[in-house]
Amino acid sequence: MTAALRALAVAALVIVTVALQLSVFSHFSIDGVVPDLALLVVVGAALVRGPGYGALVGFAAGLVLDLAPPADDTAGRWALALVVVGYLTGLARHEGRQSVVGTVLVVAAGAFIGTSLFALSGLVLGEPGVTVASAVGVIPVAVLYDVVLTPLVVPFVLFLFRRLEPAETWS
Amino acid sequence: MRPDSGRSRAVLILLVLASVTIITLDARHDTSGSPVDPLRSAVGSVLGPVEDGASTALHPLTSIPDHFGNVDALRHDNAALQTRIDTLTTRLRAEQANNQRNVELNRIGQFAAVQDYDVVPAQVIAMGPAQSFSRTVTIDAGRQQGVVPDLTVINGEGLVGRVIAANATTATVLLIVDRDSTVGGRLSRSMELGFLTGDGSLSGTGALELSLVDHSVSPHVGDEVVSWGSHNHAPYLPGVPIGKVVSVHSSPADLTQTAQIRPYVDFSSLDVVGVVVRAGQAAATNLAGGVSR
Repeated sequence: MTAALRALAVAALVIVTVALQLSVFSHFSIDGVVPDLALLVVVGAALVRGPGYGALVGFAAGLVLDLAPPADDTAGRWALALVVVGYLTGLARHEGRQSVVGTVLVVAAGAFIGTSLFALSGLVLGEPGVTVASAVGVIPVAVLYDVVLTPLVVPFVLFLFRRLEPAETWS
Repeated sequence: MRPDSGRSRAVLILLVLASVTIITLDARHDTSGSPVDPLRSAVGSVLGPVEDGASTALHPLTSIPDHFGNVDALRHDNAALQTRIDTLTTRLRAEQANNQRNVELNRIGQFAAVQDYDVVPAQVIAMGPAQSFSRTVTIDAGRQQGVVPDLTVINGEGLVGRVIAANATTATVLLIVDRDSTVGGRLSRSMELGFLTGDGSLSGTGALELSLVDHSVSPHVGDEVVSWGSHNHAPYLPGVPIGKVVSVHSSPADLTQTAQIRPYVDFSSLDVVGVVVRAGQAAATNLAGGVSR
């Protein structure tokens, strides 16, 4: 599989994931909080391929999230948040590779960092509706929801990225 | 430190800067057209159909929460509908009874029209218990409706009894099958007179005993008995059907002949009755005829 094809596959995965998150999983919201499927994909990519790749996928997924139809807040905020999430969770690659608990912890940390950073950027930019109180209410639910979805989504994402992984980076 | 960690960090820094740049570009042009807008619309034109397709394809899945959310509403609806069914069933049953009542009322009305009576319709609202050893009923018409003691009470079949007490809105009717009740009766075929006494049977349709005044006359089975009538129509109007002779007894000790009368009125299922508050011309003539004879 060439690099271009791989990139295309990842792009397709990101787009489908974002579409699912926005159109399907919005029906399963808890108090309006929708599971961050895109974030789970980023974490999965980072866990398989490391921080640099994680940051790249995070940027792509975040950008799509920022620009996808219902979004009308300042573009780049999810990109920023998911870049950081991809990078940081990528750093945990070697520690949490095989352990289920480790993976769940990494997802929880990633979800917390991602939603917090997004809320923080909203606070800094003075986005309407973003307050500390609303963030405090939303972030724990989002983290919990992501953790709950981890066993369903992350193994699949890990499998996909392992299949996409170029042979030379197997370690 | 791994060999690629430097590169990763560079990627991170680059991408964070890129993100911040996008944020800055977009945030600075919040109201006017942002340079990100074309990108936004491009992504939208790609993702819109994908979202649409995903939404359509997975509709059965996405309707699951609605399903669960709706269970409460459905339960609520169910309870409301059940209540409504109960109400309607009750109303339907009442309707059937009302129809029966209407039929009964019509018959009373026809009877009253033929006899030219003014009738106050009333409903039996209580029956004296068997423990009280009398056959009385309470009707829901009283002095306010013009019901006073000693008025004749009829229904579509015939004579029911007479009012023995009246309150403002209710009245007590002594049925002719009560042991205390005596009605002047006349055999319609032979015009012979007699007295009808209730047999006091406390349940069922009840029966009457007719003792004829003229000892030489013997009643026949199947003869009809109508009321004889009292002075001023009180307590009984003349010519009201009472019942049929079902059997005749003659006792040697007693010189009179007695006949067993089965009343037309079914006293065990009394419902709508009419209190005759004024006897019209026909009844008066009837009475006059009776007197002249």
